[in-house]
Amino acid sequence: MTRHARTALSATAFAILGSLAPLAAHAEWGNLNMPVGVTVLSKEIHALHMTMFWWCVAIGVFVFGWMIWSLVAFRKSQGAKPDTTMTHSTKAEIVWTVIPVVILVIMAIPAARTLIAIEDTRNTEISIKVTGYQWKWHYDYLGEDVKFFSSLARASDEARQLGSGVNPESVENYLRDVDNPLVVPEDTKVRVLLTAQDVIHAWWVPAFGMKKDAIPGNVNELWFKVEKGKTGLYRGQCAELCGRDHGFMPIVVKVVTKDEYRTWLAGQKAGESTPADASSEPAADSSPTIAALPAAPQG
Amino acid sequence: MANTATHDHAHDHHDHKPHGLKRWLYATNHKDIGTMYLVFACVMFFLGGAMALVIRAELFQPGLQFVDPGFYNSMTTMHALLMIFGAVMPAWTGLANWMVPMQVGAPDMALPRLNNFSFWLLPFAFTLLLLTLFVPGGAPAGGWTLYPPLSLQAGDSFPLTIFAIHLMGISSILGAINVVVTILNMRAPGMGLLNMPLFCWTWLITAYLLIAVMPVLAGAVTMLLTDYFFGTSFFAASGGGDPVMFQHIFWFFGHPEVYILILPAFGVVSEIIPTFSRKPLFGYESMVYATASIAFLSFIVWAHHMFTVGMPLAGQLFFMLSTMLIAVPTGVKVFNWCATMWKGSISFETPMLFAIAFLFLFTLGGFSGLMLAIVPADFQYHDSYFVVAHFHYVLVPGAVFAIMAGVYYWLPKWTGRMYNEKIGKLHFWLSTIGVNVLFFPQHFLGLAGMPRRIPDYSTQFADWNMVSSLGASLFGFSQLLFVYVIWSAVRSGEKAADRPWEGAHGLEWELPTPAPYHSWETPPTRSVISHGAMH
Ligand code: HEM
Ligand SMILES: [Cu+2]
Ligand SMILES: [Cu+2]
Repeated sequence: MTRHARTALSATAFAILGSLAPLAAHAEWGNLNMPVGVTVLSKEIHALHMTMFWWCVAIGVFVFGWMIWSLVAFRKSQGAKPDTTMTHSTKAEIVWTVIPVVILVIMAIPAARTLIAIEDTRNTEISIKVTGYQWKWHYDYLGEDVKFFSSLARASDEARQLGSGVNPESVENYLRDVDNPLVVPEDTKVRVLLTAQDVIHAWWVPAFGMKKDAIPGNVNELWFKVEKGKTGLYRGQCAELCGRDHGFMPIVVKVVTKDEYRTWLAGQKAGESTPADASSEPAADSSPTIAALPAAPQG
Repeated sequence: MANTATHDHAHDHHDHKPHGLKRWLYATNHKDIGTMYLVFACVMFFLGGAMALVIRAELFQPGLQFVDPGFYNSMTTMHALLMIFGAVMPAWTGLANWMVPMQVGAPDMALPRLNNFSFWLLPFAFTLLLLTLFVPGGAPAGGWTLYPPLSLQAGDSFPLTIFAIHLMGISSILGAINVVVTILNMRAPGMGLLNMPLFCWTWLITAYLLIAVMPVLAGAVTMLLTDYFFGTSFFAASGGGDPVMFQHIFWFFGHPEVYILILPAFGVVSEIIPTFSRKPLFGYESMVYATASIAFLSFIVWAHHMFTVGMPLAGQLFFMLSTMLIAVPTGVKVFNWCATMWKGSISFETPMLFAIAFLFLFTLGGFSGLMLAIVPADFQYHDSYFVVAHFHYVLVPGAVFAIMAGVYYWLPKWTGRMYNEKIGKLHFWLSTIGVNVLFFPQHFLGLAGMPRRIPDYSTQFADWNMVSSLGASLFGFSQLLFVYVIWSAVRSGEKAADRPWEGAHGLEWELPTPAPYHSWETPPTRSVISHGAMH
């Protein structure tokens, strides 16, 4: 490479890096891994994820190390002579079949244990029926006569229109905010029954470790128990392609103390206008009274 | 001894090939048809790539800048259909057309007219599919997986899409039958099944997979069609059907399908690594058995794509274990390739560079596959960008790199001319850097909670999406170099030798360069076969 070319190249590289500099101002570069979450299951799942990840790293160090070693040590340009007699080795074949099997069995055991816990929906304290619609969620607190729709918050909805001219950065919780969040108490085993009205959706809150499909004509179950002291807002999204506005049906769960939950529920039954506000403005299409809402479909 | 072959063919050089359009329209020659398949695949690769760039442009920043969400969904759907059925599968059939007869010592494919038919179905199929972009309601937007009820919400594109898929399926099945018949019946005397190059082996097994699962896809889409037009309710809960049943049928096709896309890649890499390591493939037989076990296992893992649909515990456990098991034969292959390079004498020409990148990056995709197999963790990964990263690692630096490696590797034999090694290497480095900048950050996005198939996202995902989009344009535009380097080689490349790669072995290298029109008019003698194998 001529000196000219080199200067030009480094100038271009700097120009590209320079144009990227504003990015460094964001705080999100560190968003690299699965959240540990706030439920017992999410922690177990995170632990499984990390163990499997470290196994992959370990195998990777070995395999990639082997590749790199070969590529460096046996370069023709360094005068390497091929050993053409090396064509197979039953011993090696057995070793590299058996060791992976052993690793997989070691991983399968805790995975199966967690899976069994996930499927154990006994002793749930609250059941909420969640119905997916194009493109919003409907929540129905079974046995409590409290039900409402939950759709994308108005500020996000306005900003997300094609050519809206609104900078998403200026909208708080852009696309992850709803008019009426789901409200659940901490330290309580909540069972979610999932179904859908039109097409398949999927209910996913990463901090709860869980996602499950909401399928028309089927009822799926999942449960979560948010740890005591982890009150707050948790956000997620629909995770199954469900049509045009699939990207715009977020999920917000407001975790409150048991007392607050009781008060909230009583208020709902008494017919308070908005369930619990996560956003400052209720969206236009959220019905003011529960009585006015259509009944959830019978799965 | 290489001369024997040249000599045998010296008197055969009256290739009666028709000229002009007729040569291609009525083509029955395996090389002509192979070329058409490859050119077709290349065109689809660029069309599908343009769609991918629309997707990545929209995702460059949060907020909707360029396209309507409905059109965005059409782009993801069409991109996948074009890349899978239009680019990768036809490219493999093209390579099979070129290489299988040369590698088994045959003059041509066993069923040349069928070969013509199976190719010419494709332009019609993809014209229909692409036409959907212009019909009321727009192109299909329910994802390449076509899950009902969503896929049934399509407008006029629906029947066109289904018919296009039927045509592609017929084309694949006929192509597969041709490969099976050629390999089983046209091998030169003395070429036993276990003397065949691995590319023939992996293609033979792929062909069986195709014959087994393309009819399943056809059945699935036909049921969609009757649900849409004729009032059946296979998949409609309101009529007693079950939308989940579609997913079972689809993935019974779909998982073997992903191996259809990758097995021939294993074959190509198993040819290239020994050549440039100047050492025979390590564990040839175990490679064959590993391929066969992968093919078998691929039929019993399908539900790992549907862990979140709500299966019984026993079902989830079964599919978790079977999926983990598939990593074992895959591992055997990777170890064999490593052992092939070990104590070799390695040089780094472009085909080898692509094969090495395949080795590293396909393995990386295998790792994320292993993680996805862990059901509880899959409840987090599923339908997130983590899955997108996984399958793009196995498909782009996996299948697509292997196709490119194969094209660079065999191009001198096909055309008699050498590509420009410098530009080839530049193409390699830009592609490899681009592909990683493009797909690696998608692991982070998925883990941080970004679902797949969304046109817009919350601001916390902005940074890595921007990086990914920059990688996409680097990767995308680098592919123009590929076309350039091939084009200029064909036009004005240096003349290539009969055996342009010092360590190359196999019957194709016993033919003169460029390979004669009717590859082996007289079968190679046993001594030529063993010479080819020994080399
Ligand atoms: C070690 C081997 C592999 C394992 C264990 C594995 C496992 C998985 C699993 C569990 C999923 C489902 C993830 C989800 O949707 O939640 C998946 C998706 C996928 N895999 Fe793999 N995989 C492996 C290799 C491959 C190969 C070789 C290919 C193709 C060349 C491939 C292509 C795909 C594709 C295309 C999808 C996504 C399909 C879609 O949802 O659109 N995988 N893989
Ligand atoms: Cu959705
Ligand atoms: Cu699969």
